[in-house]
Amino acid sequence: MSFLADIHISQIVLCSGLGLVLIGLWGVLTQRHIIRMIVGFSLLDTGIHMVMVSIGYVTGGTAPIINDAVPVAEAASRIVDPVPSALVLTAIVIGLGVTAVMLSFAVRIYRTRGTLMIDECTESKG
Amino acid sequence: MIKRILILLVLAMLAVMFLKLASNYHENSTLSTLGQYYAERGPAELGAANLVTAVVVTYRGLDTLGEVTVLFISAAGVGLLLRRTRRTDDDEDLDKGDRAEETAGTHKPASEIVETATQLLLPMVILFGIYVFLNGHLSPGGGFQGGAIIASGTMFLLLALPESHISRTLIAMTESLSGFSYVIIGVLGVILAGGFLDNRIMGLGTYGHLFSAGAIPLIYVFVGLKVGFELSAVLDRFRKEDSGPL
Repeated sequence: MSFLADIHISQIVLCSGLGLVLIGLWGVLTQRHIIRMIVGFSLLDTGIHMVMVSIGYVTGGTAPIINDAVPVAEAASRIVDPVPSALVLTAIVIGLGVTAVMLSFAVRIYRTRGTLMIDECTESKG
Repeated sequence: MIKRILILLVLAMLAVMFLKLASNYHENSTLSTLGQYYAERGPAELGAANLVTAVVVTYRGLDTLGEVTVLFISAAGVGLLLRRTRRTDDDEDLDKGDRAEETAGTHKPASEIVETATQLLLPMVILFGIYVFLNGHLSPGGGFQGGAIIASGTMFLLLALPESHISRTLIAMTESLSGFSYVIIGVLGVILAGGFLDNRIMGLGTYGHLFSAGAIPLIYVFVGLKVGFELSAVLDRFRKEDSGPL
């Protein structure tokens, strides 16, 4: 079982994140239903967040909150990198905004076309 | 068919790239230089126990202002896309819009369980949201998370009482006032302290207490209010424009 002992938690997170990116991209490229494409975009988003978080992980690190459990003197050696976490926080919020706009476009398309299949919206004028 | 093969090819190439990336990945054993600086100097400089908050609100505060702006623009975009009034030059559009308005009033009432649970839980959900953004500098959480929790309370309300009216003026007023105050605090930082959005315009207080870390709790209150009301407005938009069963 020495093989398994070599796998770190951040490697698992990184690989699942990259896998999610691939699944999301596959969904965006192959699905014809608009809602499914939006789900694909959300998966892609989540995958990228996981990759970013795993890059900031430090072996044995804990959350970057300095209190009684992690005194200032030990902070630099015991916490994970706060910068990727802060970036991911930003990215999640932006992703939410993008999803909201995509969904409202979907509502709009359904209202004017009566369908959510992208194949039936090929002509450029409505 | 060709398209399908191309898609598979693109995905396969990406997969190979990712495989290389993942196989060459080594877990960090030390912090990056920047992370180390924040870890060593952050608590003394800013007085915020949560370093992520220190980075988000102060060290990279300008990015957060941009983030709030992006969220605002997307909320405005949703409002624009789902607005009720239609242009008169688009006949088909008008037709469908009218139908949508006819069906908008006929919501199925929520079940008793949902209604009762909402009455019981709604105040607690909102209180929890306020707790999360007030304690953003001490514990995991912050303005955006607290705002999202408050918006989930609104979602609760919309599910249980679909006919309930949410004042759009109140939402717009709160949102713009808190956004404005956020920028004012940022400018005060330039005048009274070291730079834009510097949190040291107020005393740092006792480290680890609720009223500490200078202006960070104040900024997070404004961000939380703004995000909460903005997301509530987005949810309200989606409900108002409900065009019958999909």
